[in-house]
Amino acid sequence: MKQAALFAGIMIAAVTATEGLASDQFDRIEAGRYQAILSDCAACHTRPGGKPFAGGAPLETPFGALVPPNITPDPETGIGTWSYEDFRGAVKAGIGKGGKRLYPAMPYPAYATMKESDIADLWAYFQKIEPVSNHVVSNQLPFPLNIRAVMIGWNLLNFSPKEFQPNPDKSAEWNRGAYIVNGAGHCGTCHTPKNLTGADKKSEFLRGANLQSWFAPDLTDDPHRGIGSWSSDDIIAYLKTGANRFDIASGPMAEAITASTSQWKDEDLKAVATYLKDIKGSGTPVPQPVAADDAAVRAGKAIYFDRCSACHISSGAGQASLFPTLAKAPIVNSTDPTSLIRVVLEGSQAIGTASKPTTPAMPSFSWNLSDADVANVLTYVRNSWGNAAPPVTASQVKDMRGRIAR
Amino acid sequence: MVRRLPRKDVVVVGLGWTGSIMAHELTDAGLDVVAIERGPWRDTATDFNVGYAADELRYAVRKDLFLQPAQEAMTMRNDVSQTALPLRDYGSFLPGTGVGGAGTHWNGHTWRFFPSDFRLKTHLTERYGADRISEFQIQDWGVTYDELENAFDRFEYLAGISGKAGNLNGTIQSGGNPFEGPRKRDYPLPPMQMTYAPTLFAEAARSLGLHPFPTPSANLSKAYVNPLGIAMGQCTACGFCERFGCANYSKASAHTTVLPVLMRKSNFEARTECEVLKINLAPDGKSATGVTYINVSGEIFEQPADLVLLNAYGLFNIRLMLLSGIGKPYDPSTGEGTVGRNYCYQTNAGAQVFFEGKHINPFIGAGSLGQTADDYNGDAFDHGPLDFVGGAGINCVPTNGRPIQYRPVPPGTPRWGSAWKKATQQFYNNTLTFSSQGSSYATRGNYVDLDPTYKDRFGRPLLRITFDFPDNDIRMSHYVSDRMQEIANALGGKQAVVAKLQKGWNSVPYQSTHNTGGAIMGTDPATSAVNRHLQSWDVPNVFVIGASAFPQNAGKNPTGPVGALAFWAADAIRNHYLKNPGRLVEA
Repeated sequence: MKQAALFAGIMIAAVTATEGLASDQFDRIEAGRYQAILSDCAACHTRPGGKPFAGGAPLETPFGALVPPNITPDPETGIGTWSYEDFRGAVKAGIGKGGKRLYPAMPYPAYATMKESDIADLWAYFQKIEPVSNHVVSNQLPFPLNIRAVMIGWNLLNFSPKEFQPNPDKSAEWNRGAYIVNGAGHCGTCHTPKNLTGADKKSEFLRGANLQSWFAPDLTDDPHRGIGSWSSDDIIAYLKTGANRFDIASGPMAEAITASTSQWKDEDLKAVATYLKDIKGSGTPVPQPVAADDAAVRAGKAIYFDRCSACHISSGAGQASLFPTLAKAPIVNSTDPTSLIRVVLEGSQAIGTASKPTTPAMPSFSWNLSDADVANVLTYVRNSWGNAAPPVTASQVKDMRGRIAR
Repeated sequence: MVRRLPRKDVVVVGLGWTGSIMAHELTDAGLDVVAIERGPWRDTATDFNVGYAADELRYAVRKDLFLQPAQEAMTMRNDVSQTALPLRDYGSFLPGTGVGGAGTHWNGHTWRFFPSDFRLKTHLTERYGADRISEFQIQDWGVTYDELENAFDRFEYLAGISGKAGNLNGTIQSGGNPFEGPRKRDYPLPPMQMTYAPTLFAEAARSLGLHPFPTPSANLSKAYVNPLGIAMGQCTACGFCERFGCANYSKASAHTTVLPVLMRKSNFEARTECEVLKINLAPDGKSATGVTYINVSGEIFEQPADLVLLNAYGLFNIRLMLLSGIGKPYDPSTGEGTVGRNYCYQTNAGAQVFFEGKHINPFIGAGSLGQTADDYNGDAFDHGPLDFVGGAGINCVPTNGRPIQYRPVPPGTPRWGSAWKKATQQFYNNTLTFSSQGSSYATRGNYVDLDPTYKDRFGRPLLRITFDFPDNDIRMSHYVSDRMQEIANALGGKQAVVAKLQKGWNSVPYQSTHNTGGAIMGTDPATSAVNRHLQSWDVPNVFVIGASAFPQNAGKNPTGPVGALAFWAADAIRNHYLKNPGRLVEA
């Protein structure tokens, strides 16, 4: 009897081995769990308040809505009938079970650079999570984009799958950082500008991009628009706790920090910081600030002292861990003011992490500031205390009001 | 139908200052805690929105954050010969409701009572003889200042109190309160930057030989991160503290000091808009089995728990005890019974000095941004030749210059019309106000019980307050008013008006939300409802925390000692009760 059981065990092991690289071993599953955190799968595939990985909230892309599918091992509505090859194809090549083409809202162009063993660990983990029955209709794009075959053309234009190759001239730490930022971390998915087909403009890597009515700021060493003035420790603190001496995360990055970066290993955070410190900015000169006696700046200053200065301080210095610094802040100096307009209109609450539990919030000012008021106060903020950025117009504010009302 | 819920280790009744602190301490000890709060959930981001927080009409006049009498009213009378009548609106005092409780809309004065206050009966007997206090029911607290020092310290560091120590380990510090008890270390933050009126007041007081010092303040002088890791901002002196929630994260309250951490804990749960109807007792009445509460939809639940903590406003703690049959109700005709005994209040009087061309700028203010002189407080001065005991702090804390309610004009000014407009224009920026906040000592006739006639919406008797200012306290207050007159004279000014408190407590005009006593702590179960650890003598798995435990009230705001008592009681539960549930003190 004992022998029979042992035999059965061997049989199962043999079968799974042929199925691919799946494993019941704790270390592989645990490593896969960490890969899922590094890759922030939950950001898209878990609906706020929903069951883990059972399908997410719709992603609004410039091309239409996509709903992240259920990736739990439920056989009916999830990936329970998938093989490792199906999984690997989806993650690394954007080709799901049965040859179904994925849209690059799934960041397979980034995941393609991940090592085979990391993908295999991820698979080991995803086979073990709780199966949830939840039917998701992913493709809600308009015709003709809803025909998945159009992605074949897109891939020809934009996708050249290649695993990460370390740069022998750089340190192991730098290379680990590059591997995470370009692969699992898929930072460029949000932070790299996109071409007309929605693919990364590789020459503008991490120089800030507009998506889902947010502006994901410049992460390069540009001291004005980027995070050139942040030290490695500032970057680590931000990713680990959601706050550093300048800034507090809100919006989509707050979600990324909660579900992902706050749980990264310290050595991975350090590696990412080392790599990011080495990303070159655009070199675009700092613009001349709008003059202090400009009518919009003067009007904006009055609004700032009435509405903003109690928290952000008259010098724009803010208060650490509570109210972000506005003076010389990358997001304030971004050419694209989308996020600034949005937080003024919509308000924003900072995330809470174990070491930064406060969760301070900025209220919405949409009800008591007009489009012109918002434009003026932001023009003032963007051109004071060493800041310099193009003025914000009332029509930009009006446009954002319309978009967030939807 | 009553739905019986799964058992919890601890049920906390009321999620204000003490409920939050104790829930935090006991969840840290690994217990599963549920807090039941009859008011709404509130947090800074949503409910004290900087865009509309400074709405004087909504919050100060219409009292948006306070308990409404429709939810719980009370009846009032001055003495047992009268028939108490129910209030139609809260006036003399304003109980809070909702998460954060009265700690949401307080001003932030954060005191330690004097060491002599905690052993008042012993102290006054030793110094002046037993005859001097025979008209009172003054009692010792059963806990000393030294025993509470650490708890005071923890509350002050939790809340980021701004102040200047006057006594560090027995050494008097210049610039602080020389009459305070010794502290082990200074306040976590330096004093707030003084505004003009308190600066003038301090100069005048000093010229008379008094010792003014910055009022210890829960409005923060600097940005601060408390021991729980919660960040707070620097106070902007906007002048919207009392009756308001703070929009700037710069007034200490449960929201800004405890709740962000407490709400993250998996072993804590808050149920809001759920009102506890009674504490359930075992058939023998010697232990509590949990509480029964009703939610906003009228559904009734039984929440079983091993430990019941009453953390409601003091008066509501007492009422829940009386409604649940915990302890013996106090009877003023015999002096027997403990629940409702030693109800005390605060004995206050105000002073105004009217100037010309002064530019006081009262709109630059905060709830406790000011100066205090304690020279005539408690037993800081010799009462030997005087005809009273007790005393008052003299406070110049101009909290606000809000447009609707801050319209100081000299007596005799018409209440409306062009003369009033002219005077309000002249004196808005030319009036300096200060006040005395006096002790309130317990007498046999001042107490609370259940009203025999009036009931709430569930048919439960309302709480009845029987109170008037004792003659001793009136004499005390008049003596301090005379001292205030001297300060007013030293300030110069065109005219000074110093009030003198009269007998006949009136429940209508606002006076103070410092209602104390009724479930007092002590060493004798015949004269106290709870022991020195705030544990019910009669039902040992019930603890009653709040100003309800004060045997009598001092001439200081109660929140400091209330916060300290929360830590003190939590320590007793963590270090002693959990190891050996039962009476912590043998009767």
